[in-house]
Amino acid sequence: MNTELTRLTAAELAAKIHSREVSAVEVARAHLDRIAAVDGGADQGVHAFLHVAADAALASATLVDEALGVGSAPASPLAGVPLALKDVFTTLDMPTTAGSRILEGWRPPYDATVTRRLRAAAITILGKTNMDEFAMGSSTEYSAYGPTRNPWDTSRVPGGSGGGSASALAAFEAPLAVGTDTGGSIRQPAAFTGTVGVKPTYGGVSRYGLIACASSLDQAGPCARTVLDAALLHEVIAGHDPLDSTSIDRPVPAVVDAARVGAAGDLSGIRIGIVRQLGGEGYQPGVQSCFDAALRMLEKLGAELIEVNCPHFEYGLAAYYLILPSEVSSNLARFDAMRYGLRVQSGFEESAEQVMAATREAGFGPEVKRRIMLGTYALSSGYYEAYYGQAQKVRTLISRDFAAAFEQADVLVSPTAPTTAFPIGDKVDDPLAMYLNDLATIPANLAGTAAMSVPSGLAEEGLPAGLQVMAPVMGEAVMYRVAAAFEAARDADQGGPVIHRVPESEVRA
Amino acid sequence: MNTAATRELMDYDEVVERFDPVLGLEVHVELNTRTKMFCGCSTKFGAEPNTQVCPTCLGLPGSLPVVNRMAVESVIRIGLALSCSIAPWCRFARKNYFYPDMPKNFQISQYDEPIAVHGWLDVTLDDGSTVRIEIERAHMEEDTGKSLHVGGTTGRIHGADYSLLDYNRAGVPLIEIVTKPIVGTGARAPIVARAYVTALRDLLRALGVSDVRMDQGSLRCDTNVSLMPRGVVTFGTRTETKNVNSLRSVERAVRFEMTRQAGVLAAGEKVIQETRHFDESSGSTSPGRRKETAEDYRYFPEPDLPPIAPSPEWVEQLRATLPELPWQRRQRIQREWSLSGEELRDLVNAGALDLVAATVEAGAPSGEARSWWVSYLAQQANARGVPLDELPITPAQLARVIELVASGELSNTLARQVVDGVLAGEGSPDDVVAARGLAVVSDDSALIAAVDSALAAQPDVAEKIRGGKIAAAGAIVGAVMKATRGQADAKRVRELVLERCTS
Ligand SMILES: [Zn+2]
Repeated sequence: MNTELTRLTAAELAAKIHSREVSAVEVARAHLDRIAAVDGGADQGVHAFLHVAADAALASATLVDEALGVGSAPASPLAGVPLALKDVFTTLDMPTTAGSRILEGWRPPYDATVTRRLRAAAITILGKTNMDEFAMGSSTEYSAYGPTRNPWDTSRVPGGSGGGSASALAAFEAPLAVGTDTGGSIRQPAAFTGTVGVKPTYGGVSRYGLIACASSLDQAGPCARTVLDAALLHEVIAGHDPLDSTSIDRPVPAVVDAARVGAAGDLSGIRIGIVRQLGGEGYQPGVQSCFDAALRMLEKLGAELIEVNCPHFEYGLAAYYLILPSEVSSNLARFDAMRYGLRVQSGFEESAEQVMAATREAGFGPEVKRRIMLGTYALSSGYYEAYYGQAQKVRTLISRDFAAAFEQADVLVSPTAPTTAFPIGDKVDDPLAMYLNDLATIPANLAGTAAMSVPSGLAEEGLPAGLQVMAPVMGEAVMYRVAAAFEAARDADQGGPVIHRVPESEVRA
Repeated sequence: MNTAATRELMDYDEVVERFDPVLGLEVHVELNTRTKMFCGCSTKFGAEPNTQVCPTCLGLPGSLPVVNRMAVESVIRIGLALSCSIAPWCRFARKNYFYPDMPKNFQISQYDEPIAVHGWLDVTLDDGSTVRIEIERAHMEEDTGKSLHVGGTTGRIHGADYSLLDYNRAGVPLIEIVTKPIVGTGARAPIVARAYVTALRDLLRALGVSDVRMDQGSLRCDTNVSLMPRGVVTFGTRTETKNVNSLRSVERAVRFEMTRQAGVLAAGEKVIQETRHFDESSGSTSPGRRKETAEDYRYFPEPDLPPIAPSPEWVEQLRATLPELPWQRRQRIQREWSLSGEELRDLVNAGALDLVAATVEAGAPSGEARSWWVSYLAQQANARGVPLDELPITPAQLARVIELVASGELSNTLARQVVDGVLAGEGSPDDVVAARGLAVVSDDSALIAAVDSALAAQPDVAEKIRGGKIAAAGAIVGAVMKATRGQADAKRVRELVLERCTS
């Protein structure tokens, strides 16, 4: 009974909870049991969670049951449904580390806007999920607290930086998760774990309380096992927030309706652009053939396929690795041991400067240091124009490529990542190889447009691959519609969701 | 200590004979907005340390800034009052450097896209001449927290045992107003510097945008000084002096740097480009910590804030809110009070203009108001060693005294006694009149008796008056005034004397 609950979608769970067929507490307990059974820790198991808030989760679920018990309407369509929250959002009642030693044990004095919206929707927050330190990485191996393992093959990475959230979904530890996507941190793990991950339009979801990686690129978004579940969560967390000056003051796109319309399976009249620059050489054959199969399926659904040219996408990675480290070098300057977090100090004879240096040396991991140094260099006087300035120009050109492509097509598609999940340890010492994994996801971050990954099938060694669907700014509705149509057709064609083929034996802790 | 720092100072007259000073003044103004630049915390001065803070002004992970619209309005109004152009589009930038009083280890400021550029301020010196100071820019930024360095001898971070940090000030809106290089002021450079800061302070006060309290740090000035030998047109190496916390210090700091740099240059050495620290007690400057490398602030556009694009309509609306500016007011007052240029200048120099204006506002004629403030009250202030505006008498109280004189209830002599009483803390003018029994004797029967007895006491004088020597009446009036201890109205006494001698 309990394991069955963990295999339901969020929409199904919500229906059962709201009809009082099962209680929110039962649902929460089932997931907490599942976490206890499979999550393990740094040395074994999935290790999706850095912190499990069992008591708080049960207390929150109890309130949902009590409210439903006295006949109140559910606080939201997802009231009582459990969720895993990436450890980059501040939470009053849980530690928030951003996967870094420098914030070990830090208890924020405030909730992120995303956290507040989840609480207001009466969603049960199970705990905080693992991530690459400060969201820098594509494998979750750069977490200071040990890697998260991919439920499809625990010797492999789940992608990153949001590997914890994606693995929690794939391991049936939670039906919903929230991630953040700076260059693919939601979409690439979704592809690696056979789950759905959405990077909304920049400004679509508030960044207030999201510990910044790169402010102009970071975007929080929903993660789930189905497109509809992602859409339900999208509508909970999205919307204007006066506390985030970059948040968009426009109505949230009606993505739930769009997902339902899409699931009916008709894409006639929809123009789908295949980005010439994203695919082919450098893409694993199995990933490419999943993508090709997806295209055939989209065509069968009535969509019109066209090829579009985005010539500047090839400079995206280079521009990204200048803009991101530049912003990181500034955003992470605040971790200086003066006010919170780690403090490394051998005595009282040391100056503030020495304490800052020692703390940052001990508290930051290698990838964070690498990017801080890159960014410090890129912003330094004499180099600014050649690096940061040029990168901003590339960014503008990429936005223009998108604008031109969206003249011809309603959405663009590509493989989400060039490979399937790679073995733990494979790329950790080769940052450039790691960076290449974000090739296809980065353009949407640079342009601030919307994009998502939906499972496209299984590639080499039975590992999942992802289909990326990209839409214009605030064009989430058509994106969800296409993704939902594809998901329904693929499930029908392949006899069920990709995620149902995740090997159960692999997730035993 | 390097040799340059201990070089002898050059005599000031020699300095200005041999060198032309170039000034640059950077003034930081804390706005008096109710809340901080990027969060909703109070800006109130003097609260318990670290009580006016929130995630944003503490720079906690995840926090984000939101621009205070009032602060933007204030800087636009400042820019307009300084005849600046208001940028149709501008951005914030991050200035990156590590310092414990800066919660994020970067300051949100403006760099190459400030909101106001290219203005000027006309500054009138004590001698009545006017110097136009060109304004380079005015931009918005956030203030830092405050460090209190405990232990050590200097109160500065180096040598301190430990430091305490108060972040109440962190994030208070700050406007930086930067002049273009000020050249050609010669020997007057120090007074020009002081006059500029004074004029700027008066302007900001008139705009109502800041408390402009140098002693509380709501107005702070950094003075940049360099020297070039007479006849040379390329600027010399400048120093920037910080911690200049009063108008007088502005003048002294500039003057000291001129004499110090001249001494260095005369010895054939080079002025080192550095930040220096002004010491109030000695009136000298000393070098800040020398950095091995030039500070690189790695400015880049603030990604957490969208650009600000003030519409022309908004700018014009704000222009319409500008009050009468100090120089416009001075011109109006000069006209309305029929003052000569010199009289106006004296009033301004005596620090009496506002007080006189307020007294006039309270109903007094400008002539009487002016005369009280620049003579009797100026003497009292002088005797007490306080500025005129710190005398414990309000313009309204003085206006009441003047009114009592005009209505004949007080003589001039009595009026001074009433003012003395107010200054002594005996209450309002009416309180003093009542308590001291100072009302003019206006009961004619009492006065007639006094006049008659004075006439009787000096029969020869009385005879002269009766004989038509009206001028002799003065002696009798004086006797009556003396007898009534000044409480009589001298004019009325004189009338009575003449009346009694002719009837
Ligand atoms: Zn605050």
